[in-house]
Amino acid sequence: MSTTVTSGTSAAPADPTRTPDGLPKLYHGRKSGWRWRPQLSHLFLVPFCLVWVYPFIWMFSAAFKSQREMLLGGLSLIPEEPTLDNFSRAWTTAKFGEYTVNTIIFTVLVVAIVLLVTSLAGYALSRPGLPFKKLIIGILVATMFIPHGYTIIPVFLLVNELGLGNSLLGAALAQAAPVHVVPVLLFMGFFGGMPSELEDAAKVDGAGFFRTFLSIMLPLAKPVIGTVALMNFISAWSAFFVPLVFTLGNPGLRTLGVGMYNFFGQESTDFAGLAAGATISVLPTIVVFLLLQKTFIEGIAGAVKS
Amino acid sequence: MTARTRRTAAKRREHLWCYVLLLPLLVAFGGFTLWPIVASWWYSLFDWDGVGNPTEWVGLANFVEVLTAPDFWRAFWHTFLFSLVAILIELPLALAFAILLNNARLRGRNLYRLALFVPVVTTTAVVGIVFVALLDPVRGAVNEILLAVGLVDAPINFLGSTTTALPTLMGIDLWKGFGISLIYWLAALQTVPKDLIEAAQLDGARRASIVRHIMVPVMAPIAIVIMLLLFQRSLGTFDLVQAMTAGGPVYSTDVVPTYIYRYAFSPEMQAPRYGFACAAGVVFGLLTLVLTLLQAPALRYRKRVAV
Repeated sequence: MSTTVTSGTSAAPADPTRTPDGLPKLYHGRKSGWRWRPQLSHLFLVPFCLVWVYPFIWMFSAAFKSQREMLLGGLSLIPEEPTLDNFSRAWTTAKFGEYTVNTIIFTVLVVAIVLLVTSLAGYALSRPGLPFKKLIIGILVATMFIPHGYTIIPVFLLVNELGLGNSLLGAALAQAAPVHVVPVLLFMGFFGGMPSELEDAAKVDGAGFFRTFLSIMLPLAKPVIGTVALMNFISAWSAFFVPLVFTLGNPGLRTLGVGMYNFFGQESTDFAGLAAGATISVLPTIVVFLLLQKTFIEGIAGAVKS
Repeated sequence: MTARTRRTAAKRREHLWCYVLLLPLLVAFGGFTLWPIVASWWYSLFDWDGVGNPTEWVGLANFVEVLTAPDFWRAFWHTFLFSLVAILIELPLALAFAILLNNARLRGRNLYRLALFVPVVTTTAVVGIVFVALLDPVRGAVNEILLAVGLVDAPINFLGSTTTALPTLMGIDLWKGFGISLIYWLAALQTVPKDLIEAAQLDGARRASIVRHIMVPVMAPIAIVIMLLLFQRSLGTFDLVQAMTAGGPVYSTDVVPTYIYRYAFSPEMQAPRYGFACAAGVVFGLLTLVLTLLQAPALRYRKRVAV
């Protein structure tokens, strides 16, 4: 640098758009308009996200407030004298304990049905040269956009016909059976991408078609199994429409979402108890989501991309 | 037996196995998706309360009643408005946030994503109840804040008034669904090859032309999928409306699924009207189909770009 200055071409170096050789700079690096200062967006993002999560903060704090404090109102988010009364009231009096058990049964059934049906189908559809493969996939994708409300009545009647009306298994079937296009495609994509040498090796070792699937392919599909299980766990745990319709005749089978809704209709003044019940019903999904958010979000993103 | 026939026999055996594995899917899909579609058509031709087999054939009377019912069209209009809000407000807003949060140099971006995503994994009934409490005209936090700041003189009855209830629900629906649109867009942004952008920058391309010539063409196919997914989700809006207002006050927030639910399942009705509810469902399904087909030019574009 110092040599160029002493050699008399000293007019150029001050100009940032030119290289030391005096040529126009092609790459502006960080100074071009393309790269802006991201840290400035904190000024906007922090308040925005606080407003966004405010309902949750309010809910968690209200769950620990006394009923008297809730009645008095006030905007404080820190309970004056934190209490667990609301939780015990919600758990026993408002039957949230029962609802929790129902929700666990319902969710486990849904996840099991979805995994069973979609992993088998995904593997079968990933085999090359299967007749009618394109037709089956085409019909699956085409019916993806049918609104749930359209088919609920026949599904309700079918489940009753099967003798599963007013049972958690019936509700789980109604929840799990129609929604499996995305998991099928995920499994199909995964199995389709496996090297064929793997199967050939299994065949040489004398494993049949089903054994190859069960003891070699399926264990390898753990990431997809995890994603599908997690996505269905969260959607089944928070399901509302199907459990609502299928437990109308038997309040003892209500899941948390439905129980919440009914509780609200009857005792709308007990906001502290409601907040405790709400906390009980969302905590599992939020905890699971926080622990496995990467898998969950990547699963959703992967589903959109494919 | 020649080697060739042995091979075809093995292939056939494998395909047979494939169909055995497909069986559960075909049964579930046939029973819970295809049959209900056909059955809805059949049931809609009867006046039927769901008890016993449908016997009272009424032909197209249910359809005439649906098509001439102002209540149905109002519910349909509200459903359509939910879609408009999702596509015209939520979609671009989520894209803006995704671009902001896609920047690797933004510190704490995972925390922001988390905050925006948590409503997605929350039970709708819980969301409904929390917001009912927050928006309460008497002690609700929202009204207390608005009064304290001086934005309003008297508390607003957000959910109790026919003018504010629907926009309030739409706002909450946006709040709840926003995170998923954000994740969709973040996934779409990942598909834009970084080295392509860097190469363009090296060639001195302006920001606007990078957006126009690289980002838009690469992201367009996924953007169309995102739009369709959002559209489909908004048509199914039921949980939030049912949990918060059940279509009220005075049906000002009624959407098609709550309309169908009321005729088929609501305990408030003296006798369920399955036939009529099915007819409403069929009309709704057809209208949805038409609205989806209206987006066909976009789908054709997607195909052309994807090649």
